[in-house]
Amino acid sequence: MTASAGRILILLALLVSAAGAMAGFAAGRSGSAAGWRVTRGLAYAFAALMAAANGLMVWALLARDFSVSYVAHVGSRSIPDWVAFVSLWSSLEGSILFWGLVMGVYVTVATRANRDRHPEYMPYACAVWLACGTFFSFLLAGPAQPFLTVPNPPPDGPGPNPLLQNHVLMIVHPPFLYLGYVGMTIPFGLASAALLRGRLGQDFLRPLRNWLLLPWIFLTVAIVLGAWWAYEVLGWGGYWAWDPVENASFLPWLTATAALHSALLTERKGVLKGWTVTLVLASFLLTILGTFMTRSGVFNSVHSFTQSAIGPTILGFLALALVWSVWLLATGIDRFSTEGRLEGAASRDGMFLANNLLFVLFTFTVLIGTVFPLVVEATKGVQMSVGRPYFDRMAVPIGVALLLLMGVGPALPWGRATAAQMKAALLPPLAGGLLAAAVGAALGVRQPWTLVALSFGGYTAQVTLRELWRPVARRRALGAALGEAVLDAQVRRGRRRAAAYVVHAGAALAVVAIAVSSTMGTSKELQLREGDTATVGAYTLTFVKAEELREPHRSALVARIHVARGGRDLGVLTPRMNQYESQREPVGTPAVRTSLFEDLYLSVMNIDPGQGTLGLLAMVNPMVAWIWGAAAVMALGGLAALVPSRGVAPAAVRAGAPSPASSRVPAQG
Amino acid sequence: MRRGRGFAVAALAAAAAAFLAITAGGIGQNLVYYWGPTELHAAGDKAVGASIRLGGLVAENSIVRAPGSSAVEFDVVDRPGGRVHVKCTGVPPQLFRERIGVVVEGTMSRAGHFEGRRLMVSHSNEYRVPGEGEAVDVKKTMRTTQGLDDGPQPKGQ
Repeated sequence: MTASAGRILILLALLVSAAGAMAGFAAGRSGSAAGWRVTRGLAYAFAALMAAANGLMVWALLARDFSVSYVAHVGSRSIPDWVAFVSLWSSLEGSILFWGLVMGVYVTVATRANRDRHPEYMPYACAVWLACGTFFSFLLAGPAQPFLTVPNPPPDGPGPNPLLQNHVLMIVHPPFLYLGYVGMTIPFGLASAALLRGRLGQDFLRPLRNWLLLPWIFLTVAIVLGAWWAYEVLGWGGYWAWDPVENASFLPWLTATAALHSALLTERKGVLKGWTVTLVLASFLLTILGTFMTRSGVFNSVHSFTQSAIGPTILGFLALALVWSVWLLATGIDRFSTEGRLEGAASRDGMFLANNLLFVLFTFTVLIGTVFPLVVEATKGVQMSVGRPYFDRMAVPIGVALLLLMGVGPALPWGRATAAQMKAALLPPLAGGLLAAAVGAALGVRQPWTLVALSFGGYTAQVTLRELWRPVARRRALGAALGEAVLDAQVRRGRRRAAAYVVHAGAALAVVAIAVSSTMGTSKELQLREGDTATVGAYTLTFVKAEELREPHRSALVARIHVARGGRDLGVLTPRMNQYESQREPVGTPAVRTSLFEDLYLSVMNIDPGQGTLGLLAMVNPMVAWIWGAAAVMALGGLAALVPSRGVAPAAVRAGAPSPASSRVPAQG
Repeated sequence: MRRGRGFAVAALAAAAAAFLAITAGGIGQNLVYYWGPTELHAAGDKAVGASIRLGGLVAENSIVRAPGSSAVEFDVVDRPGGRVHVKCTGVPPQLFRERIGVVVEGTMSRAGHFEGRRLMVSHSNEYRVPGEGEAVDVKKTMRTTQGLDDGPQPKGQ
């Protein structure tokens, strides 16, 4: 009964989205206001149907209605209600259903926000969104059906993957990832519309940039939450392994970051329009590639929890979207007008180009390393992977160069600069660089790349702070009080500018923290008996006892380890191994003690309470928590940039923001 | 702007060529092979020093633990006759025992045994030592092994 209702909702969503896509394309061609109204209605209907289908599934999960195939697959009577709720996105079919909900929300908000604006682009954009909606509805109606009727419902189900219910981060990570991934559909639709029109005006750059920034923020958070989860749960002591599924989330982030920078150059100088939309299209294509990699089980990966037959369908959609993008670019890109020109290489303009080049190189590096094993296996039937040293060797120089660019770029003025100007801009921050490197060296950093990262980080930090301070100083010079000057310079007027520098500060901090944490740690594998003492770094560990615990939905083997540092008692850490009912394999849960500069990381490899033995991985990881903090800074900076600021609005009006009278501009060559 | 674009395209092409050369070299040097004992033996000298993920079953009565340390030795088999001796320094995981599917990360030594750095246990439900004419599905073992990432890396060196 529930299953049938769900199937009907999915089929209706499929019909409505397909009809909406066609109506949108028709309205885009004809310019009919009535057609655009119909398209909007169908878009809202698609969202409502997806919301209803998701609501129904949540209800079935909570009611443990095992006559619904997805509930029979992931539900269980022995799990708490919150686990039942989040198992909506714990497995393949449910996650595609959830994808539909997120898609519906995005399409609704983006359509509603622009219903009276950009009429020359919006019907096309909405048509593209709904075409993507059609594809995901099709997945739900065919290859990944969550609402199949189970003829003889089992009395109980197996419950979701224990790795998912083992940590709270696994509950928040997937929604952020979907918000990032699905969100890339919106700029994809906007860029497609610009290409179909053969026009990308100043007025349309703003929604394009903002709708790119929003999923970028979610994706940033999702990537870091995923890394954090791996660190807190998987128990090998690291947070990033260049695993295919990690790379899948990182690839669209790289191109979206490049696109955000390129869009700024387009906005400012009226150049590189085609390049900007290419990056936007690429970001979307990479999210689909990522979906294929994570959801088709083609990879050996810690994170790909599902193996299914939807791979070929997604691959087909990827091919279709690729052909569509190439066709759009081939027919539309030459029609974009170029309004300005780029100045010489040694200017901020040039640094933007260097930024884009590096991000694209980074993308290709990761893409090639990730896809190469797939190609080899498909063509030769040989299983292999590309080892981590490849990624590290490529990513470290690129990442460090990007770090320096974050300092040099903002230091340089727009357009041409004289030699004296360049010296005045570029030389002072060397002090910050030297200081950071000196502090690092004094604290024992010897690894050359880490020292380079530290000095570049210091350089960038000084430039970033200087650029944040400059508008404040100007107002102070005019007699404003400090608080008033900060408020006016960073919040009321230059919010976008200030926000960008906040994001840069977070990014620089993240790169430095990654460099330090991946080169300055210590690691030991220990085999201990009860009462044994061992040292790792400055910590003294005493294995007190191994004990068995019973909890409502799981049992656990817990190692009680007493920790001391320099004679100071730091209490007891309890890394453990959780054993879930209906799962044969235990799931380790490391214990992490975070202090300001380092984490003590203890992970149980094996434990036997009867014998009183423990195999323990003990690590000291410096600055790892700073990565999480840096990501929060980046996300907050991004959010601040989304809030409209008064200082920018007049510029947009000057550049010809649409008025109702001028809004029916036909396509221009 | 036309001239600028031509220059940009040329610069991009040059950068792309250089980049592809570096990438190809980087990949070639860092391949990790997924092999069972049979393929390992077939690879001969190529296996010595290469990065390998050895997949198969732990042979019966082959586990020898060194007292007081995490080191463990055992044999991995994939079909009758396909057997390799493994010396592993990493701490074995909880489920490690005879007749379980394992993946060992490491390399082949000149002496003819496999030097394991890390030991992972497969989550497959069937553990049966292969009889005459049978073989372990090494690919499946690889796919059902948890923790197939590249860590932990030795740190602090």
